[in-house]
Amino acid sequence: MTTLTFDASTDPILERRRQIQGIARASVSRRKTYSKIALGICWATLVIALIPLVAIIVYTVVKGIAAWNWTFFSQPTKPEGIPGGGIWNALVGTVIIGAVATIVTIPLGLLGGLYLAESDGRIAAAVRFTADLMTGVPSILMGIFGYIALVKVFGYSGLVGAFAIGMIMLPIIMRACETAIRGVPGHLNEAGLALGARRFTIARRVIVPAALPGILTGGLLAIARGVGETAPLLFTIFGTLYTQWNPTKVMNALPLVIFNDSSSPYPDQLQIAWGAALLLMVMVLVLSIGSRLLAAHLQKERR
Amino acid sequence: MTTDSFTPADIEDDVNLSTGEVFPDRSVGHPVMQLKDVAVSFAGRTAVRNVSFDVRDRQITALIGPSGSGKTTLLRALNRMHDTVRTAKVTGQVLLGDTDVYAPSTDPTLLRSRVGMVFQRPNPFPTMSIYENTVAGLRFNGVRKKSLLDEAAESSLVAAALWDSVKDRQKAHASTLSGGEQQRLCIARALAVEPEVLLMDEPTSALDPIATKRIEELIGELKNRVTIIIVTHNMQQAMRVSDQCAFLLMGEDKAGELIEFDATAKLFSEPDDARTLDYVNGRFG
Repeated sequence: MTTLTFDASTDPILERRRQIQGIARASVSRRKTYSKIALGICWATLVIALIPLVAIIVYTVVKGIAAWNWTFFSQPTKPEGIPGGGIWNALVGTVIIGAVATIVTIPLGLLGGLYLAESDGRIAAAVRFTADLMTGVPSILMGIFGYIALVKVFGYSGLVGAFAIGMIMLPIIMRACETAIRGVPGHLNEAGLALGARRFTIARRVIVPAALPGILTGGLLAIARGVGETAPLLFTIFGTLYTQWNPTKVMNALPLVIFNDSSSPYPDQLQIAWGAALLLMVMVLVLSIGSRLLAAHLQKERR
Repeated sequence: MTTDSFTPADIEDDVNLSTGEVFPDRSVGHPVMQLKDVAVSFAGRTAVRNVSFDVRDRQITALIGPSGSGKTTLLRALNRMHDTVRTAKVTGQVLLGDTDVYAPSTDPTLLRSRVGMVFQRPNPFPTMSIYENTVAGLRFNGVRKKSLLDEAAESSLVAAALWDSVKDRQKAHASTLSGGEQQRLCIARALAVEPEVLLMDEPTSALDPIATKRIEELIGELKNRVTIIIVTHNMQQAMRVSDQCAFLLMGEDKAGELIEFDATAKLFSEPDDARTLDYVNGRFG
């Protein structure tokens, strides 16, 4: 091996290296200070952002847990001023309305999302834009729309409520499905095409299964959003003191109970409202965490 | 496993007589980086282990081996790129000169200004011009002096064989360059910080044969300036460009291991290990 020694002090590269490393070393303490300040600001804003969130959760849990007992879950609501009663009728209503809305909107949203993901035409752009607008529309408009379009014709019912809730859920599901389907690598589509498969066959057998974690997560989050909505139900399901299993009749729902009872002057009703708020919060939490666990589980299964 | 290592007697420091400052020895072949039983694991699963060898100054060291043998994982351990992966754990010792790379007192950002990296795909910063890309590392490290920036930009663009084609359009966006030119810009960007060691992770795998040839020629020319460690899946490339060669292979438990380290000429003609012979003769991998 050749050994080549030379005067290090005159080598231009070495000279510049020494200069640059000197500047880098000198600036590192300044950069570290900036980094600490920036990190401090991040933490401070995080705490500020968390205060209202934690306060809401803690307050609801503390107030709501007092209402939770067997009567609360097993008895229907009582009229204002009458002590006792529970939320059984509202829970039944929420589950049925949520289920109907989900059964209708998931297939529609999936097909719509598939269309949006597979098409880049003008119609798709218009649909996408409309869907984005609809996610931003105040939910009370959905309630009024349901009232004018359906209640005026068919009367108050759980189905009309499910329709209004579905209007909220549909664009969310559609966009979630589109994102999930777009996330599937294009070469899978090409692999299918090269085997002589039709586009819909590829979508059904390859693309949608691959996008399933995202689709399910989006779907569950949309349900969580839907069951928590109050305004669309205000004008559509009317509310009832009976435990109504038939969605073609007037129904009650948890958000409606919270809305009505929280403005009541009677402590019993206020108690019920807190309990219902906690129940709704837990339901949404379970759906959100469940969607994440499901997605993580599905992802893991594929490795 | 063969490991060539230098005895302390080989290490002679140059002393600047006017300042008394000690500069590390700059004789070619002096070990600038030493790996001692390096292992990398992710979430408890070992990805590569048992790696010990010396990287010699202004020589080119190639890491070869089939997919999954841990070449890239090992390379990224040398400038602490695994720091960003929470589950990653590096054990053993990596020395850069006198600096223990994984010592708690070692600042990873300062370390990376001394150990540069070029990636598989050209990744120039999309919003920056050619000039801004070249001096980006200097700016990140606090260099503000225009004369130093300009000097480093020209020097590194010349070294990356890009100066002649871009000197009149340094304000143009980096995206206006071809793939090969973009990769040479990334090499210039890494060189501008004047690192002591340059890590190259399959730098030609995304390039066409002509661009590959130019980069390979370039790597040979850069030898005088910087010590290079290159990962390549292409044995011919390792043979063409490298002085020393490390052969890694995936063990039975899926963890990569160093099988042999030797001068490239010897490793490719008469390796000590039968598995190396099989691999360099294309019998597997």
